[in-house]
Amino acid sequence: MRIDDLAPSAEPRSGTEIEEHPTRVAPGHQPLPPLTDDPRYIGASVDRPSVRKLVQGQGTYTDDIELPRMAHVVFWRSQVAHCRILGIRADAARAMPGVILVADGDDIARVCKPWVATLAHLAGMKSAPQYPLARERACWQGEPVVAVVAETREQAEDALQWIEVDFERLPPVVEIETALDPATPLIHPELGDNLCFTRSLDVGAVDQAFAEADEVVHASFEFGRHTGVTLEPRSQIADWNAAEQRLTVYHSFQAPHMMQDLYARQFELPESSVRVICKDVGGSFGIKVHAYPDDFATVALSMLCRRPVKFVADRLESFTSDIHARHHRVNASIAVNHDGEIVGFQIDDLTGIGPYSMFPRTSAIEGNQVVNLVGGPYKHKHYRAHLNVVFQNKTPTCQYRGVGHPIACAVTEGLVDLAARRIAMDPLEIRRRNVIPDDAYPTTGASGIKLEVLSHQACLDKIEQLMEYPALRAECEQLRAQGIYRGIGFATLIELTNPSAAFYGVGGARIASQDGATLRLDPSGAVTLLIGVGEQGQGNDGIFRQIAADAVGVDLELVRVITGDTDITPYGGGTWASRGAGIGGEAVLLAGQALRANILKVGAVILKRSVETLAVRRGQVVDVHSLEPLLALAELGRVAYFRSDTLPSDFTPELMVTRHYAQRDYPFIFTNGVQASYVEVDPQTGFVKLLKHWAVEDCGRVINPRLVDEQIRGAIVQGIGGALLEECLYDEEGLMQNANMADYLVPMCAEMPDIEVAHVQTPTRSSQLGAKGAGEAGTAGAPAAVMNAINDALAPLDAQVWSQPITPQKILRALGTVV
Amino acid sequence: MTQHHSIDLTINGQRTQKHVQPRTHLVDFVRNEFDLKGSHLGCEQGVCGACTIEVNGKIVRGCLTLAVQADGCHVRTIEGLSADGDVRDLQDAFIRHAALQCGFCTPGMVMAAKELLETKPDATRAEVREWMSGNYCRCTGYHAIVDAICETLAQRAGRTPVEGKV
Repeated sequence: MRIDDLAPSAEPRSGTEIEEHPTRVAPGHQPLPPLTDDPRYIGASVDRPSVRKLVQGQGTYTDDIELPRMAHVVFWRSQVAHCRILGIRADAARAMPGVILVADGDDIARVCKPWVATLAHLAGMKSAPQYPLARERACWQGEPVVAVVAETREQAEDALQWIEVDFERLPPVVEIETALDPATPLIHPELGDNLCFTRSLDVGAVDQAFAEADEVVHASFEFGRHTGVTLEPRSQIADWNAAEQRLTVYHSFQAPHMMQDLYARQFELPESSVRVICKDVGGSFGIKVHAYPDDFATVALSMLCRRPVKFVADRLESFTSDIHARHHRVNASIAVNHDGEIVGFQIDDLTGIGPYSMFPRTSAIEGNQVVNLVGGPYKHKHYRAHLNVVFQNKTPTCQYRGVGHPIACAVTEGLVDLAARRIAMDPLEIRRRNVIPDDAYPTTGASGIKLEVLSHQACLDKIEQLMEYPALRAECEQLRAQGIYRGIGFATLIELTNPSAAFYGVGGARIASQDGATLRLDPSGAVTLLIGVGEQGQGNDGIFRQIAADAVGVDLELVRVITGDTDITPYGGGTWASRGAGIGGEAVLLAGQALRANILKVGAVILKRSVETLAVRRGQVVDVHSLEPLLALAELGRVAYFRSDTLPSDFTPELMVTRHYAQRDYPFIFTNGVQASYVEVDPQTGFVKLLKHWAVEDCGRVINPRLVDEQIRGAIVQGIGGALLEECLYDEEGLMQNANMADYLVPMCAEMPDIEVAHVQTPTRSSQLGAKGAGEAGTAGAPAAVMNAINDALAPLDAQVWSQPITPQKILRALGTVV
Repeated sequence: MTQHHSIDLTINGQRTQKHVQPRTHLVDFVRNEFDLKGSHLGCEQGVCGACTIEVNGKIVRGCLTLAVQADGCHVRTIEGLSADGDVRDLQDAFIRHAALQCGFCTPGMVMAAKELLETKPDATRAEVREWMSGNYCRCTGYHAIVDAICETLAQRAGRTPVEGKV
């Protein structure tokens, strides 16, 4: 029997939506060619394998795991921003029912070394040694000081009430603006000042360019400190087997190998004695990619108690112990000519990161990114930036979804809109005139960033159509005449993805930029994939299955993806910097191609034909020309595994292969996109209604359009949260005022707009797959788009707001309605 | 301090008797006593909705309801609801639309949406958004969740859903 429909293009890709999103490739290239002989799944919106269990409540999040003899830890955390610890009285707590151990910073320090979180490539960066539990001093409200371990969580919490810590308040450093003043106390006197990192960049002839430009406009931007609020709090079970001298940690986390390395080093264990397991993770967004003091404390407690210890942060402690991010004050200006040419940008960025740089990725990256990314989409030649990253007595900050992009984009795009308004040019038009043209790549941006290939022009064209811009603009104008204040805001953006070792490795952080994938053909013809890049909801498990199925030539349902276990998967970096699809996906593709090649070798031996005459299609070895099925993979597997006696003595089937991939062509592979927001502002109340949001996104080859759409939508809403709602509010003593979910506002369903997403596909040439990251672009652009839309709505009233979150109060203040 | 109360209730169709502390919340009770781990703790203060559980046919916050309050009640969790198949269409729609990512909020979303489907079969997209605002999702941005619920509403009413329109 011939199977005609096995021909490469015989069957339409069922279920794919990619045709619904007209696509575009880099200039001079045809629409994306198929990657494999039998392309069925790459590019199609197929379902993820793990969702059916999740939708039925059958997932396994870390708190769902119960181990024999498992104890529970809760922490006494500093109640003030800065204090000297005078004494800890724990006898009453120790006498409480079920209490196993009460431990302080000295107890933990006996088994776990302190750390200093700096990166060598961030020149001059400094931080102070940090311990799992504070010793001598606590430096932020929420820093863990005392651990109480008990048989049950209730018993640990009951005993916690009896912990008494005597402390002397020390003056806190709260405001970033005065952190470097000589009169401000030093948080770590041994460092000499409160400066963690500083960087200056001066490109072109900024002073001259600004002096000669037709117009220079300034704005001072503020970005509120906010945090990730993963719906599942940070959670962990440490299980030290003293007999085996082996540590197993179940962790709600994004980078298991990174933690394996850190536990091994901090506890002086061989790497092989540490296993980190990540089961289902209830949201991560960068919150769960850092090594927290209580992570190490929980491991130490398991060692001291010689039994498993579970730590699950409650929501109140999440707010003061999860990393915060994004608190920046940026004074910025843009020089523009009357013909619309953007001549240059200048920024001065000040950001506060808490009392310690966060381990091991450090807290200087976000500010560094702002410097790198401001002006990123544009072709100006003059750019000056200055950055100060200062210590303060607030919760440590670190990389959170978007990492600097939302700030850089809001500053850039806010200035571009200001410039457009000044020279009376349409905001879409000024962007068109200034974006780096699609045929100019590869190129280097003014800040020095290497840009492989981007598609700003195509994206701007597409969003204009998608949102029916001229009609929408006309509607705005018409409504303004009726006293209805609507506005349109654009944000052109670039997003850093597929990082090379330039991000962390070169700075000495032992975080892999390479990832491996292992593919095994099982005897039944099923395929098992083991990979270091995990799954936290973005759908990595889904796209890896699609890639593997196409690369090997089997049905999707036959591929099983296993991840999240350092004992099992190849070594890898995990998920951060939008690297899952681009790095992990390429490793899967390479492994799939290698497995298919090995399958053909086995098929050739069994069939006594040459390899060149064979191909794999839909679970069969077929004739490469006629596509006639010759040998089912199930039969091939049976012979290979169970009847080696029938194979030549000098031939061994190798039906398990591993391939690795690291992106080395560029420091990062940048993606681009453009977003637009349509809002209505009520000048009486200052309320903003989000009417609609559009995004055109170019993440290279789209592996699963629906999953990319959902990454974009979710990230946009997270960006909108920071733009309008979310802020960690502190008083002058450095105490967080809204550290609970009722008072810290996150986006709710009714307030959020529908979001339309379209794709342009410009594959990266740094990989065969051509995929770039898609996880953070939404968050990068949304705050800028919404801010610009609000300011567009307010423009007829001669008001502007540059401080995020843009609350009704700030809008009314800008309107002069309230003080 | 650890005075216990005896309660008699039906959980996912199974009648059971347990001794509970008066302070024990319903969500901790079902998670710890019955290993029904599908109800999740997101905030423990009644804001996020991840712990949504059905008591006598109405959804409640498992973190604000005490186990003793469920004495004599019929309690259903996402596990029971899934086994009964009452919301199979809704769950399928969630999968089709990728209306879940990490899945932590999803059981609560499904419980809340079930009550909407039953009590407001003519709900508009805006009403769906309003109804679902008691349940937080940090991953999806809500659009796909609203799509999935609107589609299920339409299918149950024999209508063709209109996607993406306010």
